[in-house]
Amino acid sequence: MELILSTLINGLSLGGIYAMIALGYTMVYGIAKMLNFAHGDIIMVGGYTIYVFMAFGNPVLAVAMAVFFCVLLGITVEKVAYKPLRGASPLAVLITAIGVSYLLQSLAQIVFGSANKMVMVYDFGSVSFLGVTLQMSAIVTLAVTVAVMAALTLFVKYTRLGRAMVAVSEDKGAAQLMGINVNGIITITFAIGSALAALAGLFYLLKAPSISSTLGAMPGIKAFTAAVIGGIGSIPGAMLGGILLGMVECISYKITAIAPYTDAIEFSILIIILLVRPTGFLGKKRREKV
Amino acid sequence: MMNKLKNFRWNHYINYIVIGILTAVFSVISLTGGHLSSSMLFLLEKIAISVILAVSLSLVVGFLGELSLGHAGFMCVGAYLGGKVSALLADSLGDGVLNLIISLVVGGCIAAVCGVIIGIPALRLRGDYLAIVTLAFGEIVKSLFQNTSDESFGGALGLETPRFDKQYLFIWAFLLVLLTLAVIQNLIRSSHGRAITAIRDNEIAARASGINVTKYKLLAFTVSAFFAGIAGVLYSFSNYTVQSAKFGYNYSIEILVMVVLGGMGSINGSIIAAALITFLNTKLATILTGDLAVLQNFFYALILIVIVVYNNAPALKNFRDRYNIQVLLHKISGLRKDPSRITDDRAKWDVVPTKIEMNEILSIDMKPQNTRADKPDKGNGGKR
Amino acid sequence: MAEYILETKNLGISFGGLKAAQNVNIRIKKNQIYGLIGPNGAGKTTIFNLLTGVYKPTTGTFYLDGEELCGLSQDKINHKGIARTFQNIRLFNNMTVVRNVMVGLHNQPEFACSVPASLFRLPRHFKAEKAMRDRAKELLAIFGLDEERNNLACNLPYGKQRKLEIARALATNPKLLLLDEPAAGMNPHETEDLVNTIRFIRDHFDMTILLIEHDMKFVSGLCDNVTVLNFGTVLAEGDTKTALNDPEVIKAYIGG
Repeated sequence: MELILSTLINGLSLGGIYAMIALGYTMVYGIAKMLNFAHGDIIMVGGYTIYVFMAFGNPVLAVAMAVFFCVLLGITVEKVAYKPLRGASPLAVLITAIGVSYLLQSLAQIVFGSANKMVMVYDFGSVSFLGVTLQMSAIVTLAVTVAVMAALTLFVKYTRLGRAMVAVSEDKGAAQLMGINVNGIITITFAIGSALAALAGLFYLLKAPSISSTLGAMPGIKAFTAAVIGGIGSIPGAMLGGILLGMVECISYKITAIAPYTDAIEFSILIIILLVRPTGFLGKKRREKV
Repeated sequence: MMNKLKNFRWNHYINYIVIGILTAVFSVISLTGGHLSSSMLFLLEKIAISVILAVSLSLVVGFLGELSLGHAGFMCVGAYLGGKVSALLADSLGDGVLNLIISLVVGGCIAAVCGVIIGIPALRLRGDYLAIVTLAFGEIVKSLFQNTSDESFGGALGLETPRFDKQYLFIWAFLLVLLTLAVIQNLIRSSHGRAITAIRDNEIAARASGINVTKYKLLAFTVSAFFAGIAGVLYSFSNYTVQSAKFGYNYSIEILVMVVLGGMGSINGSIIAAALITFLNTKLATILTGDLAVLQNFFYALILIVIVVYNNAPALKNFRDRYNIQVLLHKISGLRKDPSRITDDRAKWDVVPTKIEMNEILSIDMKPQNTRADKPDKGNGGKR
Repeated sequence: MAEYILETKNLGISFGGLKAAQNVNIRIKKNQIYGLIGPNGAGKTTIFNLLTGVYKPTTGTFYLDGEELCGLSQDKINHKGIARTFQNIRLFNNMTVVRNVMVGLHNQPEFACSVPASLFRLPRHFKAEKAMRDRAKELLAIFGLDEERNNLACNLPYGKQRKLEIARALATNPKLLLLDEPAAGMNPHETEDLVNTIRFIRDHFDMTILLIEHDMKFVSGLCDNVTVLNFGTVLAEGDTKTALNDPEVIKAYIGG
């Protein structure tokens, strides 16, 4: 019982982190129609920014600066590397994104060295619930993720900007004809995605207070898996996919026989989902026009 | 005879010739007890492995137009299975050439089977999704070998492989480079290669033109995986131990960088880039030690971004047409055909007179009309 | 030989609830130039996509020269003898003009060459390559494209890209050629040239042609028979003059 409850909470909170990252993927993919491979590394940049600004001892300031820097970075990457390639082959865009991911990782290593850095952002402590000790940070993570997802859904549904985003994701050309500034919308999307990545970086530090240049690489790829499982382009889908993936990972780690194969299991799920239902659970089907 | 020599297409065979000469030179030096140090031999083996990997990946990325991020996964399969087979055979056959050949066949074929398995998702998925599937495949393979028992594949410690006479291994490696080149180049320069390139350029039109897309995608993935497996077997002979951690997604990216830097769709470019990067990696490893080692990755990443943006940005098209290597070569030498006019390397064939005198059969004018100045953008002209 | 080259029987398809085409019956005799016309969104291109196997019909079937092709894959249908062009030109842009046509020739028995034969460079390979190249050059000469055969397809001017697409379709040696808005984006002079080209194709290649077009002058000047579609159903059919003067058709086009 205790095992089940703690696995459940841990799974949900890890799922929350994945969902947070997957939201960024799904929005960028929905609007810019590209897989932003460097998205995971923005998490890492967020983590390092927090590490740097924690020198001032104020977690709120550190998180605010992380969000600020990640947004700036996201916009810069978009303008410098991706925007010139709009209209080029998807292959070129994808390779560039991989290049950006590598660039960020090696840059972080140059600046901060290859050794892990330790940083304690804030200790939320733990609570006892039904005889189980639960980390508060896990619950905070989950709560913030749910709040962010709800806010994003409302934003997309009820604001002019949000509706413009939906329009761009449906048909760029038509949106432009309706007077929507497509480039502006894409920039804003990257900004939002990067801000979410900064928060994901924070959650990683809350979970384990250690950071390295490859912090974001694997979670980034796994979160893309989550976005695909939920259905790319769908906000609730990202949430659903993230939680599912987090649960699978936590349960798999708890079972000794399959624990070493956890990564393999997650990636197998990805391949199976893509083959059986490439649109994910909540995605929409698109037909290529002939 | 003279005529035959004149029609010999040097540009088609130049890579065989250069690699053949290099192989011969190094073999003679090595076999006559020359000064090839063991680190030099090791470097030559590494270069051969990289070239095989880059040329085989080029078939999928440069010619089929699909991004594979799991090439190291195929290599991993080849390295482990080839290494295992050679270890098993070592007792009965020794660790000579026969052992090498059997291991190569087994490793290559099992990697090719994996290629078919990965080719199946390629039939349903394109672009980003397929790239992620190949990446996932590579990680799964790595994870599976990492968690094997000590007796089977050595687990996390790695698999020990038998020793092969170092004075000879690089010769075999270079012969395998020539084999890879022969197979992949012959494939590309045939109707089958045209079909593969047609799928890259426009899959819908390729289907409508009667191309069996399923067959050719599977063919490209299988051939590519086979040679990645061959490279893996060579790796296991070259390194004494095989550790799965080596074959992660980073290594796949490194191979991809070679293909992209060499120029997508250019086999010779891939060869040069693979040799150059492998050489630089080895040399720089002695200069850039410790934390500096990362500078290398930084520059590769930077070069990758700059080259891809420069080669693909729609805004730079005019600039590219004016300033590229072919145009520069043409200006410098004056010997090469003007590349802005001739793009088909078989232009020499085109001297046969046309059989049909159109304008006499029908009194219609089908000659070019220059009334239209505008060109359709990416073939999407006119009505939508 | 069957009475009709192409015969569709109650062909129909629906996407979700939308009936993009229903109960379409078209009969085309050999050597006819047949028009498929109708307002925007009438389902014309959908019919082409059904006939070439891009979509599988939800109802009905179709026969080419008496042989049922419905349900076959796109490349099989092409082998059986239906070739097409596209509304928005689809060439192999990064290949030379001559290779574009050679791709079309690729699967015909006379040029066939197995993968091993190509890999080991058996004599068969060289013979097939030479034969393909010669045939491709013949086709390009017919369309006045032989000068540009070694240029990249994407560098051709618009009108020539259209012609190259037709040449590539003809290279697959079809019994029936489908042209999707061949005159789109052309000026009157080019359109006239196109009319002559299409007639020439019919006579020279002994071809049957089914085409989609908006330009009524083009259709009435060229087509022997037409089928008029509106909202996925057949509004009128028959010889061009009669069908175009049908009150229903005029109503559909002018509205009211």
